[in-house]
Amino acid sequence: MTDVTHHMPEPKIVTSAELDTLAPSPRELMRRRARSHAGLIIGMTIIALFLIVAIFAGVLAPHDPYAQTLSNRLADPIWGPKGNWQHILGTDALGRDVLSRLMYGARLSLYISFTAAVIAAVIGVTLGVTGGYFGGKTDAFVVYIINVKLALPVFLVALSIAAITGGTVTVLILLLGFLTWDRYAIVTRSLTQQMRDQEFILSSLAAGASHLRIIFRDILPNLMNHIIIIVSLDMAVIILIEAALSFLGLGIRPPTPSWGLMVSEARAVMFFKPHLIMIPGIAIFILVMAINMAGDGIRDVTAPEGRG
Amino acid sequence: MTHFLTRRLLIALLVAFTVSIVGFALLRLSGDLAAVLAGEDASAEDIARIARQYGLDRPFYVQYFDWLFNALRGDLGNSLFTHESVWEMITSRLGVTVTLAFASLFFGLLIAIPLGVLAAVRANTWVDRGSLFVAVMGQATPNFWLALILIYVFGVWWRGATVLGVRLAEIKIFGVQLSGLPISGGDSWLHFVMPVITLATFVMPAVMRITRTGMMEVLSSDYVRTARAKGLSPTKVLFKHSLRNAILPVVSLAAVQLGFLMSGSVIVESIFALNGVGYLAFQSIIRIDFPVVQSILVILACSYILLTLFADMINAKLDPRVRLE
Repeated sequence: MTDVTHHMPEPKIVTSAELDTLAPSPRELMRRRARSHAGLIIGMTIIALFLIVAIFAGVLAPHDPYAQTLSNRLADPIWGPKGNWQHILGTDALGRDVLSRLMYGARLSLYISFTAAVIAAVIGVTLGVTGGYFGGKTDAFVVYIINVKLALPVFLVALSIAAITGGTVTVLILLLGFLTWDRYAIVTRSLTQQMRDQEFILSSLAAGASHLRIIFRDILPNLMNHIIIIVSLDMAVIILIEAALSFLGLGIRPPTPSWGLMVSEARAVMFFKPHLIMIPGIAIFILVMAINMAGDGIRDVTAPEGRG
Repeated sequence: MTHFLTRRLLIALLVAFTVSIVGFALLRLSGDLAAVLAGEDASAEDIARIARQYGLDRPFYVQYFDWLFNALRGDLGNSLFTHESVWEMITSRLGVTVTLAFASLFFGLLIAIPLGVLAAVRANTWVDRGSLFVAVMGQATPNFWLALILIYVFGVWWRGATVLGVRLAEIKIFGVQLSGLPISGGDSWLHFVMPVITLATFVMPAVMRITRTGMMEVLSSDYVRTARAKGLSPTKVLFKHSLRNAILPVVSLAAVQLGFLMSGSVIVESIFALNGVGYLAFQSIIRIDFPVVQSILVILACSYILLTLFADMINAKLDPRVRLE
């Protein structure tokens, strides 16, 4: 900055627009990094498309995802020999329109993964910040809970509980929320520890702010970027776990359109209708990849030091 | 070192004890086991009879300590369905799962570590971006789906396909005809090929990323710059000075991954009909065979705790800073 003023011939009044070009604000720098980050843009665009499909599935879906037409079972997709525009992706073994089921499946996947990730974030961040901020015995206890959680075989526990309770959407959301909070706790704990002794916290303390106020006013806002990154990574993991649970017959129950369930239902015909397992699998793959790309992108843009 | 060890051991024991309670409680408290076992049309008397028969009517802590003391004596109870000893059911199948887990970890590391090192050395080039892309792809592939695709490709498509006039079915790799790969069940090592590919794909991404991060950090450190300035050969700097330090987080991650692989084997073993602990767990969960399920749960949790303990010890041995913390 001093350099820039030094080279200026004589002092003159600078407009705010010119100031921006002289010294871009951190926010502007971030915006520039975001605009040139291909992964972030691609990821975000794909997520936006899936979101639109999920929200407007009722309008966009060409057919009722539950409507069976037994006379038109296993119809070819548009690229197949007998494909037609009536059922662009063909029909499944019960004559249901695959495209419509796929669209409603997007709604289910995004809904479950987002709500479960938020539950996990609330649990994990509460534990992590408490341990990191107060330290000592409190912290030791938090670390101990995290260790217990890490030792629990997540997938087996989820399978068992889903089998006992019967997998409704609410049960799955709670289950996945309570089983995936560890990453939030680990990251926010160490970040809070690093922040605790910094001057802005100490000055708040000196000014007489309560611990709760410091946590909500000073610490949480600084953790937000990191939390958003973990939410995205966690959503990707949850989508995969939900799909696997449903695939094994213990997650979402038929006839609800879930991608994992669609793969599972197509297993019986996979050797002569491979597209029926390909299509929902590719949907999971693309959505999870987009979420991960967006998560990586947000990290590169907001906290470039944490790239890995 | 002894202080570090005893402390870690004590914590590990405490965690193992807590996990066994949590695992036990989760199974008991998430629903009325007796009612689920009795089925939908069962009368109240039936449910009460089943609860009495399996001791489910006793208070929770009595059930737990009863189970724990028997377990410590090596008696995990009997399966509700086959009436076999749970201990024997698990130990007779452990070999399959452990082989599967270690082989998958081995091949995952074999690909991921060199890829991670390469990405760090050639940071921000197409090599780096390419390997990151591979990692992102691997992370996004549902493993049950990959398993089905492998079955389809090798079981069906490969047999008839020709590429540039060569019949793919005749191609051999290490003397093994790919089209001859079995797609389910059996004892020979060939039965492990597809399950291992599936699980190795699952291991790779995280290991690759953490190797890359570790290497990037080490390569930009002062002592590596010094080593280079001294005129050491690039290979020596890379392998002797850098990799040794960058590998520390990989050791911990590998232990964690091994734990995940045991869980991941549930899916893969079920699809490929491998008769291991994962498949046993799946069958038992479906039948609500809770003595088997809770034992597998606790055994997996304890093996995870042992593995991380082991990884900590390796790290402490490799890096004195860990010991003194």
